[in-house]
Amino acid sequence: MGKTLSQKIWDNHIVQSREGEPDLLYIDLHLIHEVTSPQAFDGIRMSGRSVRRPDLTISTEDHNVPTINIHEPIADETSLKQVETLRTNTKEFGITHYPMGHPNQGIVHVIGPELGLTHPGMTVVCGDSHTSTHGAFGSLAFGIGTSEVEHVLATQTLQQPRQETMAITVNGELPQGSSAKDVVLAVLGAIGTGGGIGAIAEFRGSVIENLTMEGRMTVCNMSIEFGAKAGLIAPDETTFEYLRGRENAPSEEFWEAAVNEWEKLYTDPDAIFDREVTLNGSDILPQITWGTNPGQVIPVNGVIPNPANFDDPAEREAAVRALEYMGLQAGTPISDVPVDTVFIGSCTNSRIEDLRDAAEVIQGRRVAEGIRTLVVPGSGVIKKQAEEEGLDEIFKASGFDWREPGCSMCLAMNPDKLDPRERSASTSNRNFEGRQGRGGRTHLVSPRVAAATAIAGRFSTPEDL
Amino acid sequence: MEPVHIIQGTAVPLDRSDVDTDQIIPSDWLKRVERTGFEKGLFSEWKDNKDFILNDEAYSAASILIAGPNFGTGSSREHAVWAIQQAGFKAVISPRFGPIFKNNSTKNGLVPVEVESDVGERLLAEVQKQPNIEFVIDVEKAIVEIAEIDLQFSFPLEQSIRERFLKGLDDIEITLASETSISQFEQTRLAWLPTQIT
Repeated sequence: MGKTLSQKIWDNHIVQSREGEPDLLYIDLHLIHEVTSPQAFDGIRMSGRSVRRPDLTISTEDHNVPTINIHEPIADETSLKQVETLRTNTKEFGITHYPMGHPNQGIVHVIGPELGLTHPGMTVVCGDSHTSTHGAFGSLAFGIGTSEVEHVLATQTLQQPRQETMAITVNGELPQGSSAKDVVLAVLGAIGTGGGIGAIAEFRGSVIENLTMEGRMTVCNMSIEFGAKAGLIAPDETTFEYLRGRENAPSEEFWEAAVNEWEKLYTDPDAIFDREVTLNGSDILPQITWGTNPGQVIPVNGVIPNPANFDDPAEREAAVRALEYMGLQAGTPISDVPVDTVFIGSCTNSRIEDLRDAAEVIQGRRVAEGIRTLVVPGSGVIKKQAEEEGLDEIFKASGFDWREPGCSMCLAMNPDKLDPRERSASTSNRNFEGRQGRGGRTHLVSPRVAAATAIAGRFSTPEDL
Repeated sequence: MEPVHIIQGTAVPLDRSDVDTDQIIPSDWLKRVERTGFEKGLFSEWKDNKDFILNDEAYSAASILIAGPNFGTGSSREHAVWAIQQAGFKAVISPRFGPIFKNNSTKNGLVPVEVESDVGERLLAEVQKQPNIEFVIDVEKAIVEIAEIDLQFSFPLEQSIRERFLKGLDDIEITLASETSISQFEQTRLAWLPTQIT
């Protein structure tokens, strides 16, 4: 029997496999940031160990960084201490670090691919659940906790039990106006937040094949939202084209040999997945979440569901609680709901293509009265590119706030937060209670829907404008 | 980590599904660089509500947390596990765990007890009725016993994880015993894989 893509990558990285023990996998790339690493470095120091492969480790600061006045010291003392701790730790252990203000700094999952660090067939880990983003390149990439960060620092390996395999196939063609974000939100709507637990998901089918690398990263990014260990997509010409010439991509000397290896990375025709889910791409309209977990999702032209219509008691109770928290009534068309803030950014949707999508919608229009807007590019490189393309001017002319790179309002660890009961249209990945600020109400959408919503002042698609 | 054999104690019923790690420990707490002192952050936003179950005196001695399905989904923050442990809990019972949370639990000696949905619902109901019923979780046998309601059931616990719990083993030490294999593997890595000059 053949192997799936993820099984091939897994097998290529087995350092040791023993009966009754998890496999020991080699880690090709370890990304670190300020939030989940300090206790790991402490552990390394206390045990008298060292960092085995600083040359396979890359560090940046993203979660805590402010998005204005970045040349001044960070005002929040605990944030400052955390960022400074990372700077000290990376210096002590000889790890390459991109600090705030450096041209390569940015959200850890944006800068990896952008610098050409993520190749097909690699294993990539980071103390961050959205590490699944890198799976867009046909790599096996997953988030880990701080104990495992310490384990990778000390050994460049991880002990991992085998996972099930899952195929998520999206056939056909997307309707005009739907994007990668809508695809992954529709998957979440179909299988729920627990639908991928215990499995590595491979996205396949014509809709996935037709996505750009930016779109594929958006899809893989949210694999963790349905609980998958990782999400990945087989590499193809689109992947190779994206990588060629990037700083850390294989040099011309090795390019052909590398592509030959990468072309072996696909699921064999006779391989069998443990689970299979199939969606029809033409059914996927622009999506929006209405609740407090990303599986609570409807099309933007839909109405807020009635909890009584959920069969599963846990889902029903979750819906009741979510509507109360979100301040919404069952039966309301979501397009009637006004918003206070629009956030375009995060490791899900802060890449150049996302910014272009949003800029195209708002060009020549004005943000609705009283709406707060933030555009936070994913990295210094993206910010520069967007400025070269004049996107910043389009945003500013429409009344959008153009910021410095970082995670920003995705998780409210920096000063960009929602106030209690403030409602946002957000291109990020989590609508959990309080995620964007205590009491804040988050609706997850694509960059196009976020942009249109800023113009209309209530949830809208560009076609509604 | 400290060895864990038997957990004996009462439980608190957190009757909610999809308790994500942002709820367990809100992101403000993640700015700390220490590994201790997270108990006050546990469910800190929900705790402001005096009716929140963890504020109920009847459950103040509980050492087991029972929750609905999809407990610990979302962010990889190990701080969630530290907060639960530092608040005095030794095990969490749920029909389904977020995978990173579950993995983090096993690295810290917090026992994740995965149960069938109907068992989970029954446990929540029983503990809501009688806060003082005593649970015995036997890690070696991977069995939970609640004598007062005449219930005994087993739960999945991989052999390797069970051993780490029982002996309090350190993963890094286990791995470093295979250092030669790691070095050998490194000799075979492809020439073009990215490395940084350090």
